[in-house]
Amino acid sequence: MKSNHFTEEHEMFRESLRAFLDKEARPYIDQWEEERRTPRDIWKKMGEQGYLGLGYPEEYGGSGLDFFYDVVFNEEIGRLNSGGFAITQQVTQYMSSPYILKYGSDELKKKYLPGIISGDLVSCIAISEPGAGSDAANIQTRAVREGDHYIVNGSKTFITNGVYGDFLVTVVKTNPEAGSAGVSMLVIDRNAEGVTATKLKKLGWHCSDTAELSFADVKVPASNLIGQEGQGFYYLMNGLQLERLCAVPAAVSAMENAIEVSLQYMSERQAFGRPINKFQVLRHRIAQMSAEVTALKAFSYYCCQLYADGVYDVKQCSMAKLLVTEKAEEVATKCLQFFGGYGFMEDYPLARMYRDVRVGTIGGGSSEIMREIIAKIVIDSVGYKSAQTDYAPPKAKKASNGSAPAAPAKEESVGSAAEMLPVIQSQVEKVSALGNTVKFNFGAEQLFIDGTGAANTVSTDDSDADCTVSVSFADFQALMQGKLNPMNAVMSGQMQIDGDMGVAMKLQSLFG
Amino acid sequence: MKSYYFTEEHNMFRQSLRDFLAKEVTPHIDEWEAKGEIPREIFKRFGDMGYLGIALPEAHGGTDLDYFYSIVFNEEMARINSGGFGAAIGAHASLALVHMNAEGNEAQKQKYLEPGIKGELIGCLAISEPFGGSDVAGMRTTAVREGDHYIINGSKTFITNGVSSDFIVAAVKTNPDAKSGGISMMVIDRDTPGVTATKLNKLGWRASDTGEIAFSDVKVPVTNLLGGENQGFYYIMQHFALERLMLAIGGMATADYALEVTLQYMNEREAFGRKINRFQALRHRVAQMASEIEMNRMFIYAIADRYQQGDYVVKEAAMAKLLGTQLSDRVVYDCLQMFGGYGFMEDYPLARMYRDSRLGTIGGGTSEIMCEIISKMMIDDKAYEKATSLKV
Repeated sequence: MKSNHFTEEHEMFRESLRAFLDKEARPYIDQWEEERRTPRDIWKKMGEQGYLGLGYPEEYGGSGLDFFYDVVFNEEIGRLNSGGFAITQQVTQYMSSPYILKYGSDELKKKYLPGIISGDLVSCIAISEPGAGSDAANIQTRAVREGDHYIVNGSKTFITNGVYGDFLVTVVKTNPEAGSAGVSMLVIDRNAEGVTATKLKKLGWHCSDTAELSFADVKVPASNLIGQEGQGFYYLMNGLQLERLCAVPAAVSAMENAIEVSLQYMSERQAFGRPINKFQVLRHRIAQMSAEVTALKAFSYYCCQLYADGVYDVKQCSMAKLLVTEKAEEVATKCLQFFGGYGFMEDYPLARMYRDVRVGTIGGGSSEIMREIIAKIVIDSVGYKSAQTDYAPPKAKKASNGSAPAAPAKEESVGSAAEMLPVIQSQVEKVSALGNTVKFNFGAEQLFIDGTGAANTVSTDDSDADCTVSVSFADFQALMQGKLNPMNAVMSGQMQIDGDMGVAMKLQSLFG
Repeated sequence: MKSYYFTEEHNMFRQSLRDFLAKEVTPHIDEWEAKGEIPREIFKRFGDMGYLGIALPEAHGGTDLDYFYSIVFNEEMARINSGGFGAAIGAHASLALVHMNAEGNEAQKQKYLEPGIKGELIGCLAISEPFGGSDVAGMRTTAVREGDHYIINGSKTFITNGVSSDFIVAAVKTNPDAKSGGISMMVIDRDTPGVTATKLNKLGWRASDTGEIAFSDVKVPVTNLLGGENQGFYYIMQHFALERLMLAIGGMATADYALEVTLQYMNEREAFGRKINRFQALRHRVAQMASEIEMNRMFIYAIADRYQQGDYVVKEAAMAKLLGTQLSDRVVYDCLQMFGGYGFMEDYPLARMYRDSRLGTIGGGTSEIMCEIISKMMIDDKAYEKATSLKV
């Protein structure tokens, strides 16, 4: 199918990247997998060719290209049939360094970004700990400020590039009492004194290094803080979408590649006197899988297009991540089956794919976490949504044993924005002016906060704002009362943000 | 949510269609389902509102709107929760009228298409036979030329509107020795002597009449031939991509609506002291369904967009039909489960949805036929050209 997303230039870029990888990477991957390590020169070569830093600004050596170049990049490294090879640059380019680009000081940007774009530096994102994976607000690694430095103690695990990489974008607690608001991000050099790494043995991803890191009184310059203290959790949540959106196209192209190599094999392999691609059961399995992968590809491009257009859509990205990684498991299993005994042999490509896909439904938020996020968005906003639908269950009262009739909105909701206006005004006056306009959309009502003057003022006007936050009024009240963490609300979909994400991140000051 | 496909006009069209259906159709569905037919007047009402001609030329009374209006139309029709009603309207507007428009000459269009768009005449499309469904080339109904007439003998089955329609767009063999190359399309008036129909009793789709039609020495003027003689197979194939895309939309939209009503029920129904939408196992099942629906939706929209730009999307339409109808069966099954015992009761919407959905993977080419088409294109590198190029 022709695509609406790629231009002639994108396709030329794809051709040249594919040719490069076929020549410089593909022939060596078996060896790198065996050695459990990918040598640095390949990144240097990629950097020299301009294949790294595609979307990074030119002032740091990047190419300033649109997001669909990144999509091409991820599709092409996904086709190489080595999750371990792909993940090194995915982590460097898309999962760790973007925090420096988006929130870091000029000094940090100048120090680290040119290196990751030239291929000289490899970076890590250090979030997970032995006791906290998806539950990022609960991390234990401490950073205590002492003069011009932070002293970091704690440990991290499952850190890709953590053994051979150069620096770590590390998530630490600067204020252990503050929950998610006590989370900060520090750049820590891998060879800083007190940082030690243990290389972990893994089921798959053999050519990448994965580390358990320990920090023992590591002295980190205060200037290595990314952005502001206490904002780390916000930064993280804002970065997760990009993380998913590089994994999704890569997984789709890995599935396409699996089907492609299977079709090739099936046309050559004979059984009962004919090529096995003549057996109807196998043909229909190919048809079903191809349909599913093609549909996922269209969905993946849709999500990427949203991202390219600046729409922060947690629901769609979580759905894509969930479906794509689960389908990759199925495709690897079914394609391996086509190869029969050869599928089990390392000389054929499916053995590696089979073990490499297994981490897909775990890393970057497990399938269960994706379903939690999606369920919160789809189910918990249903009270608000029901106002728009024309369906009324015929005997709802009987169905719920006569207890509650159709619930209006959220059961905890009291009052209206208009009634609450004075209270809200008094709260927003206490904090310094936002410098922007923000609108809260409760469906039936709006709350408009104008922070462009000396102080924040509130009205119920339905004016255009830099950033619009859709949320139920009950959840808004919970935010005001400090009962609901704003970033958790965004992540769970209770709060949906349209417009400038940077403005949304200032909301924490409003909800102290 | 941001939409790349629907404009403000599409949304307004959706709203007015939804209002119309809520007022004129939904209140009567239970009655029509029980009776096993829909009144002729409702076709007229659809015609008055212009809904039957949204994809047909203005010259004949249509409005010739872009394909995303048809998507809106099909999505909204799924929300009525009556596969039978949707089928009756669809078989007329999207099958019979589409053939009349594509293959009919000016006189035929004036006689059938124009009153059809107004809802004054009702059509049906008759291809399947008792011994040949998806195997179109193997059909046995014959049309033998005698002077100014064809004499038609044979039978057709599973024909939506097959009993109550005014005209039948039928595929017949004009050259029984040739397989696909011997098929022609013909329009046959219902009241022609020798045409009889029997109504079939079905698992679902109860509001529509599905007929078995017999032709016994039916004398049809040669002027009723649609397009060229022996070109019928190409005409049929030509419309398949669009028909499948529509069935895909129907499947996806049914699933979407099933989940919507289920979410409302789950928000009201309590068990063990809390709403059942608080139970994690059910929540995760909802998340999975919602994701699959969303993916199918975006896949269909992307294909429709390509179609609108002139691509002949045979493979993709087959893929979408395969996935969309499977999705509907799966989602409706799981949603019915959420309703517990009430799911089994006719007072709740899932019972009808469950039986109506079952035809999705059969009608308009079975899932197995879709897999045949896809695997031929994927494995044997078979290309399906746009049939218009074969037109003489």
